[in-house]
Amino acid sequence: MGKTRTLTGTFLAVAALTVTGCGGGGTPSTETASAPADPGSASGTITVLTQRTDLIKNGAMKAYAAEFNKVYPKIEVKFEGLTDYEGEVKIRMNTDEYGDVLMIPAAVAKNDYPKFFAPLGSSIEMADKYRFSDKSEVNGKTYGIAQFGTANGFVYNKALWKKAGITDWPASPEEFLADLKAIKAKTGSVPYYTNFKDGWPLVQWSANIGSVTCDAEANNKLAGPVSPWKPGSELRVIDTLLFDIVEDGLSEKDPSTTNWEASKSKLAKGEIGSMMVGSWAISQMRDAAEQAGGNPDDIGYMPVPVQREEGQCSTLVSDYQQAVNIHSDHKEAARAWIDWFTEKSGYSVKEGAVPTLKSAPMPDTLKEFVDNDVTFVERSEAKTGTVNDIDNAAEIGLNKPDYRQKLVDIARGAQKGSAESYFTELNKKWDDAAKTIGS
Amino acid sequence: MTETTEAVSVRTHRATPQRRGPSATGAGPRTGGGRGRLLRRATPWLFLVAPLALLITFTYVPVGNMLYYSFTDWDGISPDRNFTGVDNYVQIFTRPELFRVFFVSFYYLAASAFQIVIALYFATVLSFDLRFRNLFKGLLFFPYLINGVAIGFVFLYFFQDGGTLDTVLSWFGQDPDHAWLGDPESANTSLAGVSVWRYTGLNFVLFLGAIQSIPGELYEAAQLDGATKWDQFRHIIAPSIRPVLSLSVILAVSGSLAVFEIPWIMTGGATGTSTFVIQTVKLAFQFNKTGLASAAAVVLLLIVLLITWIQRRLVPDEKVDLV
Repeated sequence: MGKTRTLTGTFLAVAALTVTGCGGGGTPSTETASAPADPGSASGTITVLTQRTDLIKNGAMKAYAAEFNKVYPKIEVKFEGLTDYEGEVKIRMNTDEYGDVLMIPAAVAKNDYPKFFAPLGSSIEMADKYRFSDKSEVNGKTYGIAQFGTANGFVYNKALWKKAGITDWPASPEEFLADLKAIKAKTGSVPYYTNFKDGWPLVQWSANIGSVTCDAEANNKLAGPVSPWKPGSELRVIDTLLFDIVEDGLSEKDPSTTNWEASKSKLAKGEIGSMMVGSWAISQMRDAAEQAGGNPDDIGYMPVPVQREEGQCSTLVSDYQQAVNIHSDHKEAARAWIDWFTEKSGYSVKEGAVPTLKSAPMPDTLKEFVDNDVTFVERSEAKTGTVNDIDNAAEIGLNKPDYRQKLVDIARGAQKGSAESYFTELNKKWDDAAKTIGS
Repeated sequence: MTETTEAVSVRTHRATPQRRGPSATGAGPRTGGGRGRLLRRATPWLFLVAPLALLITFTYVPVGNMLYYSFTDWDGISPDRNFTGVDNYVQIFTRPELFRVFFVSFYYLAASAFQIVIALYFATVLSFDLRFRNLFKGLLFFPYLINGVAIGFVFLYFFQDGGTLDTVLSWFGQDPDHAWLGDPESANTSLAGVSVWRYTGLNFVLFLGAIQSIPGELYEAAQLDGATKWDQFRHIIAPSIRPVLSLSVILAVSGSLAVFEIPWIMTGGATGTSTFVIQTVKLAFQFNKTGLASAAAVVLLLIVLLITWIQRRLVPDEKVDLV
């Protein structure tokens, strides 16, 4: 027994030594990853980390790389698809080996960007050319270029809504609820589907911060003890709408066993009336409609039901941002890939998404929005770093499903409380956390 | 053998120091003296190098790291971390909501008590001669062989609205129209039920193994003395499987405190089904509080160690003497 103890002691000592040995990290570098001046001579092998395993599997990525090689013949592009992108990349970022090009994981604090990624240019220049560039701006330099962006709103089944006698978009939350009631009464379909079990579709509601008041600064305004759920605020309006939908029984009967993949074809077939998802989902829904033998044109998209003087608004938010690993040996080649992929590959058009390039037109999927004069609010992300810090410190998770799952639970009576008491609790958590962050 | 290797072997022979004397069998160590003793002493360690390296790399270093993180405010990704002392531990013990999740463990604790009882019952029954004995053994053990993730998904369909459970109940004219995972109580009960279904097989096999090691004459003798089956269980089986029984209880308690995969896959901790481990994972990977989460993990480890220690004190490990 005594021997075992000394042995354990030795191991712990060894462990402690090892621990002190691995506190390393990246050293900040100011070298800008700029695109090569001469495409023909740029060379190197670069690895691109991506979350789109589906595009790797069906060969789409390889096809993009082949196109890319027509311009940059000497750059070889390799792809690495990661199913659990966030989780895996986050751990790999403790080493130097996290590809040459990668999507910036949400977990990385904005102020740490210069420690992990090579700067791509001055933020003023980048902002002229690209949307969403302030999302990755630190001290006047931009570290990421968005793959594309999404507009936000509800995807809905037009045919079903017409069947319930509704032709116009609702202009207020009350009208939206009345429409959902009409759908339930006249068609028997599920008017709204929460996708509670999968969780992330509930997160989509947060993307609408800014849609309610048409304020591009809406997200930045959360950076402080501002009680984000106070009456009339963005979050109060959208979370109350969700709460009322569930409380009035306008959502699916058993939210705890929902299924995202199945919900797509249910919406296409008119068994579900509407869902809150980003505009990236429109093309997926249309595919699902085709597969289910429905009509892809039945899939419609509408903004958050709040009418203001400016009309209805829809926020544009950035998808993953592409960055260059600060430890990469081929920063030029990496930058060349990012630029080409963002601007010339046709990726965003294919995905039906909002292009990163300011000069490019809106996609077909958002034709309805353009036709109905929906105002696109390009949401500023300048203070996202602070907002995320407060959010994490408060353990609320604006971009995590948990707090909305609880909201839905309260609304359907599965947990104690009321909307009012819950909003008060959230406000308190947020404000307390904001004070400790000290802004 | 080529010339070169021969030369090499000759040289090595010369290099070895003179033997002190021939060993009696000739199988002793070829080298004598201090070096020989050293080598002899080192031999067990040489054999241990591989397992020890694995143990240190994959157990002690991570645990050491975890301990270290628990005293920092590391967010799990940033190269900078600040030493915050015991702040994380203070937080865990001063924020009641962090400890409240332990109440969920009571569902699993109750379930594991139930699980041990059924496992014991079936192990006893099936240790006697019975028709289709092996088939029943297989059926009981089978769930334990299935991957936990698969079980989670299967039972998600089982419990869903209009799913298997509702269908089966409707055959018996029951129509509960109940969202099984919909409210905290039935959700936790359902999840604990799944865990019973999954782990009964393991307990069952442990018990069966222990019971089958009991010599058959004991039963015969007992029968001659007119002991009923219950008497046999009470006075022969139960005492002889006590070590296994107490092991099962320890496993059940620590398992109940550290439930993870079934609720994680089936509900993700929604609707009041979050357990301590799920909460820890969320702290670490959702809110980037790796430091706090490490502290929570250390606390859980200490609690499990404490409970095990208390239990060992209450039920000391006695030698089982059957005859």
